Amino acid sequence: MLNKLLVANRGEIAVRIIRAARDLGIATVAVYSDADATALHVQLADEAVNIGPPAAKKSYLNIPAILKAAADTGCDSIHPGYGFLAENAGFSDAVTAAGLIFVGPSGDAIRLMGDKVAARSAAHAAGVPIVPGSLGRVDGIDAARHILIDTGFPVMIKAAAGGGGRGIRIANSLPEFEQAFPQAEAEALAAFGDGGLYMEKVITKARHIEVQILADGADAIHCFERECSLQRRRQKVWEEAPSRALTPRLRDELCSSAVRLARAVNYSGAGTVEYLYDEDADRFYFIEMNTRIQVEHPVTEMITGIDLVAEMLCIAGGEPLRIRQSDVTVKGHAIEVRLNAEDPARDFAPFPGTVDSLRIPGGPGVRFDSMLYPGYTVPPFYDSLLAKLIVHAETREAAITRMARALSELQIDGLKTTKPLFQALAADATVQAGDFHTRWLEGWLETHASRLTPSLEP
Amino acid sequence: MPAIHSPLPGTFYRSASPDKPPYKTDGDTVAVGDVIGLIEVMKSFHEVKSEVAGTGLKFVTDNEEPVMAGAILAELS
Repeated sequence: MLNKLLVANRGEIAVRIIRAARDLGIATVAVYSDADATALHVQLADEAVNIGPPAAKKSYLNIPAILKAAADTGCDSIHPGYGFLAENAGFSDAVTAAGLIFVGPSGDAIRLMGDKVAARSAAHAAGVPIVPGSLGRVDGIDAARHILIDTGFPVMIKAAAGGGGRGIRIANSLPEFEQAFPQAEAEALAAFGDGGLYMEKVITKARHIEVQILADGADAIHCFERECSLQRRRQKVWEEAPSRALTPRLRDELCSSAVRLARAVNYSGAGTVEYLYDEDADRFYFIEMNTRIQVEHPVTEMITGIDLVAEMLCIAGGEPLRIRQSDVTVKGHAIEVRLNAEDPARDFAPFPGTVDSLRIPGGPGVRFDSMLYPGYTVPPFYDSLLAKLIVHAETREAAITRMARALSELQIDGLKTTKPLFQALAADATVQAGDFHTRWLEGWLETHASRLTPSLEP
Repeated sequence: MPAIHSPLPGTFYRSASPDKPPYKTDGDTVAVGDVIGLIEVMKSFHEVKSEVAGTGLKFVTDNEEPVMAGAILAELS
């Protein structure tokens, strides 16, 4: 078992990790920037160390400062949370090289899953369905035409050396493809000095479904799926479990495939295997594996009763998995919404400021993971997540009703938040029917965003 | 002395990205509406446009320095 844990993060996830550690009797050390001296995670940890100025790269991304804080306070382990250094393979290596335990997978596992092509190959080798396309670089237009048999149209042609959306072309038909492929090749060569191309089927309408994994390096289990199809600018805003789109047979196939991948790479810790589910074709495809705890992990905790962060700490402490697959069962339905310091009526403009008063929802089936307290000033230097409101009920319908009830109890004065968005979504017939895909919310916002102003509080 | 204030709290940047030249340098002339820098607030970037015109620009806030809303970023003579 770990003795003393440094939490290399801030905000609600730092608070969440400190709580899990304290429940297990593990001493905790918080780190904080100059902007976070009064933050809740600093108040709740046994000790706290200032690691630098507000800018993340000078504090929460400053590996030497974090390692020094761990050494100075006698920690034996570091939990990276999510974001910041959580998926930095070099950080995992550096923690291990300093003689400490990294609460997460090895640097090699992070590196493998962080490389899109390598991860895709690993998934394919483990028998996990991948988005149809080339396994690596396409070797000329003849080979490309052959790949079209698998992908169909529309197909994406992507520069191997590109990134961040650069060097991507979409072809909707064979004539378009015959024209686009040589152009993409010439462009890639001119722009990146490398004419290498990849091809991938474009899945226009899909649900985002992901499988929670726990693994100890030898064995792996799944804790079922989460559906996170309600997204804005590729950011999840509303997550739930289980997914209403899956049949029992498909759920079993999906979850088993995630376990196969985790075993194939000797994964250790908590991880999430993400998929696109094409409902019309009734097929799912691997997108990526996230080698960390995720923001939306509480929905899985609510339906399975497992404390995922506690399990991470036990695994890191050297214990084999404490839970057998047959012990993991689903009870009811859970939904999480992300309350961000953003004004949904003004195109989600960020809204840092001071919390004047705070009323937190409660009662049966309600959980509120947050770093807020009355008088807390939200600094402008980090992301806008303020709180996660999670509800659990016997059915999806009851969970949505409970979400609306909990949102009506929630009052955060002094800040604009995304609460009006979730009140509108909970009341929306399409959301209630669960009939959405990853592009649905952006279309809905075009017609509804201007009406997302705070309603009168009860 | 006329001054250009930060409209938002956040981190001040003098150029659009690290590999770009600064929008303005000390001694420049500024017109109303000229962009003099960016403020990063919660990972989103907002242009800072001058609401005053003048000459002899002098930055008092450094690149990548944290600022509060209303802080003076630069002065004009």
